[in-house]
Amino acid sequence: MAMRYIGKPLKRKEDPRLIQGLGHYVDDLQLAGMHYTGFVRSPHAHARIRSIDTSKARTAAGVVLVLTGADLQGAIGPVPCAAQLPDMKLALRPVLAHDRVRFVGEPVALVVATERYAARDATDLVEVDYEPLTPVVNPEKALEKGCTVLHEQYSDNIAYRWELEGGDLAKAFKAADKVIRQRLVNQRLIPVAMEPRGVVADYKPGEKQLTVWSSTQIPHLLRTQLAVMLGVPESSVHVITPEVGGGFGSKLNVYPEEALVGYLAMRLGQPVKWIESRRENFLCTIHGRDQIDDVEVAVKRDGTVLGLRCKVIADLGAYYQLLTPLIPTLTGLMICGCYKIPAVRMEITGVFTNKMATDAYRGAGRPEATYIIERMMDLVAAELKKDPAEVRRKNFPQPKDFPYATPTGVTYDSANYQKSLELALRNSNYKRLRQEQAKLRRQGRYIGIGLSTYVEICAMGPSSAMPAGGWESATVRVEPTGKVNILTGSSPHGQGQETSFAQIGADVLGLEPDDINVVHGDTARVPYGIGTFGSRATAVGGTAVYKSLVKLRDKLAQIAGHLMGEAPQKLVFRQKRIISKATKKSIAFGEAVGAAYVAKTLPPGLEPGLDATTFFEPSNFTFPFGVHVCVVEVDADTGDVKLQKYVAVDDCGNVLNPLLVDGQVHGGIVQAVGQALLEEAVYDEHGQLITGELMDYAIPRAADIPWLETSRTVTPSPVNPLGLKGVGEAGTIGATPALLNAVVDALAPFGVRHLDMPVKRERVWQLMRKGRRAK
Amino acid sequence: MIPAAFEYHVPKTLEETLRLLERHGDEAKVLAGGHSLLPLMKLRLAAPRYVIDIGRLRGMSYIREENGQIAIGALTTHADLESSALLLMRCPLLPETAAEIGDVQVRNRGTLGGSLAHADPAGDYPASILALDAEIIAASTAGTRTICARDFFVDMLTTQLRPGEILSQVRVPPLAPRTGAAYCKLHQPASGFAIVGVAARLTLGKGGKIDSAAVGITGVGPKAYRAAAVEKALRGKKPSPKLLADAARHAAQGVEPLSDLHASAEYRREMAAVFTRRALERAIARAQGKKA
Repeated sequence: MAMRYIGKPLKRKEDPRLIQGLGHYVDDLQLAGMHYTGFVRSPHAHARIRSIDTSKARTAAGVVLVLTGADLQGAIGPVPCAAQLPDMKLALRPVLAHDRVRFVGEPVALVVATERYAARDATDLVEVDYEPLTPVVNPEKALEKGCTVLHEQYSDNIAYRWELEGGDLAKAFKAADKVIRQRLVNQRLIPVAMEPRGVVADYKPGEKQLTVWSSTQIPHLLRTQLAVMLGVPESSVHVITPEVGGGFGSKLNVYPEEALVGYLAMRLGQPVKWIESRRENFLCTIHGRDQIDDVEVAVKRDGTVLGLRCKVIADLGAYYQLLTPLIPTLTGLMICGCYKIPAVRMEITGVFTNKMATDAYRGAGRPEATYIIERMMDLVAAELKKDPAEVRRKNFPQPKDFPYATPTGVTYDSANYQKSLELALRNSNYKRLRQEQAKLRRQGRYIGIGLSTYVEICAMGPSSAMPAGGWESATVRVEPTGKVNILTGSSPHGQGQETSFAQIGADVLGLEPDDINVVHGDTARVPYGIGTFGSRATAVGGTAVYKSLVKLRDKLAQIAGHLMGEAPQKLVFRQKRIISKATKKSIAFGEAVGAAYVAKTLPPGLEPGLDATTFFEPSNFTFPFGVHVCVVEVDADTGDVKLQKYVAVDDCGNVLNPLLVDGQVHGGIVQAVGQALLEEAVYDEHGQLITGELMDYAIPRAADIPWLETSRTVTPSPVNPLGLKGVGEAGTIGATPALLNAVVDALAPFGVRHLDMPVKRERVWQLMRKGRRAK
Repeated sequence: MIPAAFEYHVPKTLEETLRLLERHGDEAKVLAGGHSLLPLMKLRLAAPRYVIDIGRLRGMSYIREENGQIAIGALTTHADLESSALLLMRCPLLPETAAEIGDVQVRNRGTLGGSLAHADPAGDYPASILALDAEIIAASTAGTRTICARDFFVDMLTTQLRPGEILSQVRVPPLAPRTGAAYCKLHQPASGFAIVGVAARLTLGKGGKIDSAAVGITGVGPKAYRAAAVEKALRGKKPSPKLLADAARHAAQGVEPLSDLHASAEYRREMAAVFTRRALERAIARAQGKKA
């Protein structure tokens, strides 16, 4: 295959329509007779519902229906959770709460009206009588004896305990020269996709067909779950995902509103729309992270890490969403980072609290693991008075060690950590940065240099390790005119598959990217697929596309060979022609395609048509890696942290489109800046989300970000034929610890060893004041 | 985020606006750029019965010299203030302040009059308006009256404006010779509002001593204020880094600082001193003809 487009920085085919405002999102959908629904949501974190009076709402202008949880008993199944862990307690969430509410924002009733404003007004007219219960907000207190229990059928708030041990931990800690301990908090975050969630549903009673438009990352899984929740045949449900304005994992889920809007359309026989408000998006769309990690590392004096022990308290919120319990276990699998750590033990306790559920947010368990190991490596370096780069280098496995099996039970596919570290140190001019830092310190200026070497687990994944299938589907159709449709189960929401998959198609079939159209996000057009998450769309979805393309190329070669009197294996596909390497004879691509459809001159026994489907099952995850270096400056007067310089070296295997990779890395780093320096979902002691809007929840902006210097090493993955690894989450995984390490490094002259995220300027200011006083 | 129902009026003249205001009293809210009022309405923290949109009034957006003063129409946007050649030459404190507000989109919509009338305790203009000893013109069916900046801000979100009155114009004096002014701000990381915003205007005498000092501070207390103790510590003194730093220590004197998620009262007090010092340093340098 000639690589004319794979690896080239093609501009996104998606962008012209998006930039011109020609994209269609759920809220753009207008259907005749559209009704609108609004939800009545609990203002209490924890309360019993004594009664609900809907009489005023029912008689309000424009209102056609008001429903409470009690009205829906048995009508709609609970919110699904696909994750199963041993001895995990069930915490089924009803689509509308009926006897008890367990977080602020939990819906208790809904209103349907003929007009959006009327629906919103009427929600204020529903009177709910609550009996407040003690809210359980702090996950550590939730574990204490005598604490109020969220789910009354159980005796405590422990959702599950999950343990993982590998190697001889006792021996490791006995042999250690030093044990370094730190408690690390990985704060709760809000995904803040630019487009909030939204659902439209329309029911055709004659055909018994329910069509649901939803801003989701997983149209097919949603279809299955809707069928189950609504008790209708899956063949009667059609899910369409129009443009999706960002997900970051928050739309890798099945939400009550999706089932409820579908139910309402069926019940009313009228189309129904719900668009989430930003306030609802903060309260009722999944949150991310939220772990307290108590870590101990056993080290030799020379910096060799012998063992690591980590106790995790994972705040799961009030109920499980689709993957909630599973996310912290990914932290367990990846806790060793890029290091040969012979012995580890992870103890994870999942805890129920009166908050929105946590679930997969960009990185999903791996940013937590990387943060733990990378902060600890810096603490090791500080304790042993060694350079952070040196301690890392000391513990890397060698390139010849791959595939490398960790004591946590995963096998890293391929890597060369040494190479990416050296490149990052060179690109950042690390030695000179250290000299500069010393010079500035003498002038009373405090810059910090932060380093993070990361490895992550992605291309999720082999089905054996996934809750509900880890394969991906692709159908390729070469249409009679020679134009190609690629139908992918990996429905994108900003990743650019319409471009990158067209690049694969163009190279395999010797066409131009414009000859290829990528179709996604419609369960009636695209064969069953898993979706876009876990940095899987390219490595798993793209491989399925590639395999289907190869099937069609082989079939076309047979047809062309037959027409030309040449051996099919000698034919190459180039510039819209099929050419014999031996004789240089050629025919137009379209001629072979035409022959496949006209079907008069096919080789004997060959089926007409050009349509191939692959369900690709990967044999392993992939393990992208990289090294990030950054420089921050702390304002000595205010504690303000300014990011000055950022150097990233990433290795995501072979690259389909470097522009898309850079875009993913940029976005990931920016979101990491959010976690490291700005963002935190703060619930007060009553369980009220006090950072419940963008006026108080700070997200990074363009002006906060310096030029990001990105480069790559390329270590192909042996797991798939194109050698792809995945890059969708690498930035958030690699950058967060680099940023924290830089801040702590800047504050070293003040005796600071650690501080928790987000790095708030007032906290930095306090630490500097304390450090100055101690001097 | 859907506001409650309201009756929407789009008057074409100031007279029509004033008649509407007179008729509807405190049930009415005036809508200018909408950057404060609309979010409150969408969150249903405000539900005015009548919204009077003055966005299409003609002749309310201008910056011009009048009788030795600079007169600015209430509907002048932050972006227009930021880029006004007249202001940049004669009163650069206002463009410097406007440039610190929100982002480009906000500055293209938000107005000087709307911001001042809203009187957010973390708004930027109040500090500069105070430091400039500006005059605020309020119009009503009874005519106009002039309110000096020092009297204008009453409390959090409360001004001297009466029901039926509209802020129609702001008048600022051009900077006198040997005068330097500066606005320095610590942004709230989410909203971009001021945790501390300090506007300083310093005039040097012929001998190089500080003849007059005016320091307005926003964000720290429930309303913007003049830092009288800072001004007193400067007046008649020869400027030195130590003098400025010592004077700045009085920035929050007599003020009970606000405390919230983004800054404790203690931190606000300390930052008031830091940003006062920075504003004074910059203002002095400018008064001395240096680039700062």
